[in-house]
Amino acid sequence: MKLLFFYSFRNLLTRRLTTFLTTGGMALVVFVFAAIVMLADGLQKTLVDTGAADNIVVIRRSALSEVQSAIERDKAAIVETDPGIALGPSGERLLAKELIVLITLQKRESGNPANVVIRGGTTRSLHLRDQITLTAGRLPHPGALEIMVGRNVAERFDNAGLGQSLFFAQRRWRVVGIFDAGNTGFSSEIWGDVDQLMQAFRRNVYSSIIFRLRQANGFDAVSERILNDPRLTLDVKRERDFYREQSEMMSKFLRLLGFYLTLIFSIGAVVGAMITMYAAVANRTQEIGTLRALGFQRGTILTAFLLESLLLGLLGGLGGLFFSSFLQFFTVSTTNFQTFSELAFRFTLTSATALKALSFALFMGFLGGILPAIQAARKNIVEALR
Amino acid sequence: MLLKLLLRNTFRSRLRSALTVSGVAVAILAFGLLRTVIETWYAGADATSATRLVTRNAISLIFPLPIAYLEKIRSVDNVKTVSYGIWFGGRYIDEKHFFANFAVEPRTYLELYPEFVLPEKQKEAFFRNRKGCIAGRRLAERFGWRIGDSITLQGTIYPGNWDLTLLGIYEGREPTTDERQFFLHWDYPNETLKKLGLPRADQVGFYMIGIEDPDRAAATSEAIDKLFRNSYAETLTETEKAFSLGFIAMGEAILTAIQLVSLVVIIIIMAVVANTMAMSVRERSGEYAVFKTLGFGRFFLGRLILGESLLITGMGGILGILLTFPAADLFADALADYFPAFFVKQETLILDGVAVLAVGLAASVIPIWRTLNVRITDALGRIG
Repeated sequence: MKLLFFYSFRNLLTRRLTTFLTTGGMALVVFVFAAIVMLADGLQKTLVDTGAADNIVVIRRSALSEVQSAIERDKAAIVETDPGIALGPSGERLLAKELIVLITLQKRESGNPANVVIRGGTTRSLHLRDQITLTAGRLPHPGALEIMVGRNVAERFDNAGLGQSLFFAQRRWRVVGIFDAGNTGFSSEIWGDVDQLMQAFRRNVYSSIIFRLRQANGFDAVSERILNDPRLTLDVKRERDFYREQSEMMSKFLRLLGFYLTLIFSIGAVVGAMITMYAAVANRTQEIGTLRALGFQRGTILTAFLLESLLLGLLGGLGGLFFSSFLQFFTVSTTNFQTFSELAFRFTLTSATALKALSFALFMGFLGGILPAIQAARKNIVEALR
Repeated sequence: MLLKLLLRNTFRSRLRSALTVSGVAVAILAFGLLRTVIETWYAGADATSATRLVTRNAISLIFPLPIAYLEKIRSVDNVKTVSYGIWFGGRYIDEKHFFANFAVEPRTYLELYPEFVLPEKQKEAFFRNRKGCIAGRRLAERFGWRIGDSITLQGTIYPGNWDLTLLGIYEGREPTTDERQFFLHWDYPNETLKKLGLPRADQVGFYMIGIEDPDRAAATSEAIDKLFRNSYAETLTETEKAFSLGFIAMGEAILTAIQLVSLVVIIIIMAVVANTMAMSVRERSGEYAVFKTLGFGRFFLGRLILGESLLITGMGGILGILLTFPAADLFADALADYFPAFFVKQETLILDGVAVLAVGLAASVIPIWRTLNVRITDALGRIG
């Protein structure tokens, strides 16, 4: 068995260029496959991590995102009195009534406009999101025309650096702080004081209400109270589910695209492997004859050639994964068409993706190698030795 | 003589040639499909007309404009027709059945879009019935709608369920026309909002403006925006093309990735084909040496190898191009939620041809160079 393995392995080494080109083809296919899955995963992870496990989002019933939602002040006051809301250290309710609007800003690199989320919140908005830390400057003062911007906004948009000013809603807003929310959707947002923003945008309704649950298992009771209240037409969702839903359309699109691309490319890679393996069988007819004359069984010959092609696949898979793992250093920013706003996210390589990519590569190797291996095993000894 | 040799050589190992041809075909198919996806992305911008302007809220598209702007815009010089509408955002059954639906002022809107072809009778019926709606041909096919069907949309922006009757199915005049849109009367949701006394009543999402002289589009946009400067809802007016391109720019990151991938495909396949050519030539180096010994010129050998390479890639290319059309249709069905009709452009086919030629040439360069420079004695002494 060991001998067999070395035979296959040494064969790959003798035809270096061919081996390199064939595995290169497979590596590229695996790379494309991994890259697209990583993109979809990154998008989902970013959005899912945006939500916290015990936070609850309340929006208008049938609204798909915070942007479309509207909650009147009196309705918000009813929600605010719910007994299921957690209390902070000084007895205040851990609840924030927020305003979300989209504005158009120019991107720094391309000069293209993109929609950016502006979130009007209160100091409690920060308490409710543990992942947010201020990295530069200070928090905006309530009642002042000041904003703080997420890391991705500061990097990607014109005039969004610390100390600069953005002009929207007929006012000039000074950027007094930059915050970092890790790889979550908040890093692509601008935050300001809710009352100031409502004035400026002339909106007298909130977009959403966020609060923390008093007990981790209290969700059903709270949602029942709010859903069954005849005065309210609101939806209650766990923050995590709420954000996951927002990633569904885009990630489904990416996965579909990835699936079809990979399907077509893999045919090409399998064909490449087949050509290589058939050539290998043709070139080594005499060797095969010799091996058979020495007493090696047909099955052994078959295994040897199949192993060779599986090795090709494995090398290709490893190569593709190696290069795709570098993608993790890149951040992509694109419009999430479900919320219509700019979102920056990273390629995310999970072990499941790595496993999928490798098994996919081995499968391609198998498909490309099985027919030539059968051909090799069925060779007639006498004819092969001529 | 040369041709005969060429054909014989090409089909000497039938299996390998067939595999190489299918490899090239797959690459050309993938390349063609990717180009088509990108073209489709931009198709929305290509289908725009130079005589249409779009006015929207300067802050961002999600902010509405008052309906009161209508008469003011109408009075601007060079403006011929003004229509208005809003993204209705209704949901049909669930998110998976997504399609774009707009609430518009029907008469002026259809006047501005002569490329939406509707039978006169259906048009009239739609104008008269406030709960009527019209859909594009492809959209109607997707859900199997027929004229007279009732369609219920769940409002996401306008709360409630909206019962509509399909009174017309429009067809595109041009192949690039988007036949997947859906229109209802702007009045229908607006009246409901008014009844409820909601502040969002009497608001539109955009004004669609038809102008007389497209050369003065910039000046006209300027004039419209000037009317509302310093008001509470400032406007931004641009040509329909610029407006569409703004949307396209949003998905740019993904587009760039797709374009990179399509280049990579070509490179993969080049490598595979080049390798096959190199293998065939290596196997036959003895024969080529015999040719040389017999006095055949270098030129002849070069043509022989090049011809074989071009023949194989050419066949693969033709096969790939032929496969692109049915594949594009399949692809379009799978991604129907995201894209309008896929339409394989002539440009794509030309690029396919160029790619095939390039691959064929590139694949034969090294083998030719080797064959021409090898010493006869070496080649004869070598066992293939």
